[in-house]
Amino acid sequence: MTERPKVLDVKGLKTSFFTDDGEIPAVNNVDFHVREGEVLGIVGESGCGKSVTSLSVMGLVPSPPGKITGGEILFQNRDLTKFSEKEMRDIRGNDIAMIFQEPMTSLNPLFKIGNQLKEAILVHRKDWSKRQAHARAVEMMQLVGLPRAEELMNEYPHQLSGGMRQRVMIAMALLCEPKLLIADEPTTALDVTIQAQILKLMGELNERLGTAVILITHDLGVVAETCQRVVVMYSGKVVEEGPVDTIFKDPQHPYTRGLLASVPDMRFKKDALYSIPGNVPKPGSIKTGCPFAPRCEHAWDRCVEETPPLYETASDHQTRCFLYDPKEVDSRDRTTVES
Amino acid sequence: MTEPLLKVEGLKKYFPVHSGVFGRVSGHVKAVDDISFFVNEGETLGIVGESGCGKSTTGRLLMRLLEPTEGKVYFNGKELTGITKEEMRKMRRDIQMVFQDPYASLNPRHTVEKILMEPLNVHNIGDPKDRKKKVYELLETVGLSSYHAKRYPHQFSGGQRQRIGIARALMTNPKLIIADEPVSALDVSIQAQVLNLMQELQKTLKLTYIFIAHDLGVVRHISDRVGVMYLGNMAELANSEKLYEKPLHPYTQALLSAVPVPDPDFEREQVVIEGDIPSPANPPSGCRFHTRCPYKMDICEKVIPKFAEIEDGHYAACHLYEESRPQ
Repeated sequence: MTERPKVLDVKGLKTSFFTDDGEIPAVNNVDFHVREGEVLGIVGESGCGKSVTSLSVMGLVPSPPGKITGGEILFQNRDLTKFSEKEMRDIRGNDIAMIFQEPMTSLNPLFKIGNQLKEAILVHRKDWSKRQAHARAVEMMQLVGLPRAEELMNEYPHQLSGGMRQRVMIAMALLCEPKLLIADEPTTALDVTIQAQILKLMGELNERLGTAVILITHDLGVVAETCQRVVVMYSGKVVEEGPVDTIFKDPQHPYTRGLLASVPDMRFKKDALYSIPGNVPKPGSIKTGCPFAPRCEHAWDRCVEETPPLYETASDHQTRCFLYDPKEVDSRDRTTVES
Repeated sequence: MTEPLLKVEGLKKYFPVHSGVFGRVSGHVKAVDDISFFVNEGETLGIVGESGCGKSTTGRLLMRLLEPTEGKVYFNGKELTGITKEEMRKMRRDIQMVFQDPYASLNPRHTVEKILMEPLNVHNIGDPKDRKKKVYELLETVGLSSYHAKRYPHQFSGGQRQRIGIARALMTNPKLIIADEPVSALDVSIQAQVLNLMQELQKTLKLTYIFIAHDLGVVRHISDRVGVMYLGNMAELANSEKLYEKPLHPYTQALLSAVPVPDPDFEREQVVIEGDIPSPANPPSGCRFHTRCPYKMDICEKVIPKFAEIEDGHYAACHLYEESRPQ
């Protein structure tokens, strides 16, 4: 199989926030890529840097206090970190679009849905007439399964339900046929039956339009159901990356394993849930060593002293853990014997 | 059979909707509309449902934090709905509540010690020395340390705050704890810690829980029996294994099939139901689920199905099972 070209290639991204307490690296040396037509999941708990990663790609990190301090974001081989604000504006909503968690705050309550959709087209398609923009907006609303699309053009956001608003947001994101769609917790605010509808829709659109999708979520179930590849983040770092099958069936990083074991499964009752001891560290509080070391049952001296790199553990699968260091094979045997 | 710890009969809560200049009552939001169930001592009853189904209102009605419009609640054989506010206040020694948002439910200006001492002061339990001892004891019980007593809520993480919320509920040695979405604001790894803590406490202190949540996985994990609510009605109630393995009500079936499962190989029969949840201010006639139900019959639009026992201990409100019902 020939590999499809990369739409987005993030290399060594570092985004920091400069506060009174000094520099806090929210995203620290993150690498990942998305190929054409692929759905990539980024999972992690609050404060792991998954949202800041996506905001960095969009050039939307609030500045000050935030700033991209290193790395490259290659979109179709052009480095977005070097783009001016004006150039970014041409990319945003046109080549890369984003959907947010809360559709109510992303839509302007004072304007009709139709005007908001048309504005998004006319900003990027200067030669289009209003009529063309209107037709395109209605077409997209029908594509995302909104009933009475023509009427909805004249309604205000508050007249729609949460699920419908999220459909409008998806329609708006897809208006200009973006190459990449970033969805940041798109279904977290929705009820499960509505979430199922939206996820199904996003899957269908990905297949039909071939738009690459980055899905950011904390819900491992959503990832298993919609993504092809997964990046697991913890405390600003990628700790594991691999195809969805191996991440769920053969998770390698102790954090990924712990995370999967702590989700109650609806299909059967476990006697006791596994729980990772301790708390999620505050961003920037762990300066040296593996960020997961204080909570890790396998941690030894080396984990506290140096930061592990990503080790290739299977094809396409990487893990940031010394257990997979070829030089540590002895200690790896040791821990497997113990557990 | 022994008497259940809590029994609810025909509980209703209608919130009036005011409109116009004179604020005349123009309608009612039927947040909870005629639900009945019971909870046995020592068990966990889970209540699940989507937003607006009335699950939180139900929890508040049981505590009489909201006054029911109609219906009766019996606790330990005593009717809670008939007693005065003062008597109810005393009853709350035995029924305590844990809330969803550990950020909003702890007073930011009070130390943990003061927060935990409050229920003892209110109910006049023990002398100051005993009270202090109890605070330290319970902090240890919920996995915190006695030196945490002098700190303020903002110095704790979300999971620790929820532990404080649980400790506060336990201060008066209650029999029943109503937990309203106690883990939904927490991260997955912390959620597991709090769930395990709640299960441990139930064993050691012989507690009874009513666990209200929207996460079906969490509810299955912790509950012995589960009730599913939809638009103010109880759609189905059964022992948790039965409910998850063999759901009867079409809504339960759809709800269960909609939950994403963390296993990429898992194949399911997906019943994606169309449409949105109707507004509880103007619910559909007959069965409230008929607008989205894949098995809708003519009768469903007209007649409200009765909530009845269809199999042993398995209750559902659906016309599909009307004939098989024992007369």
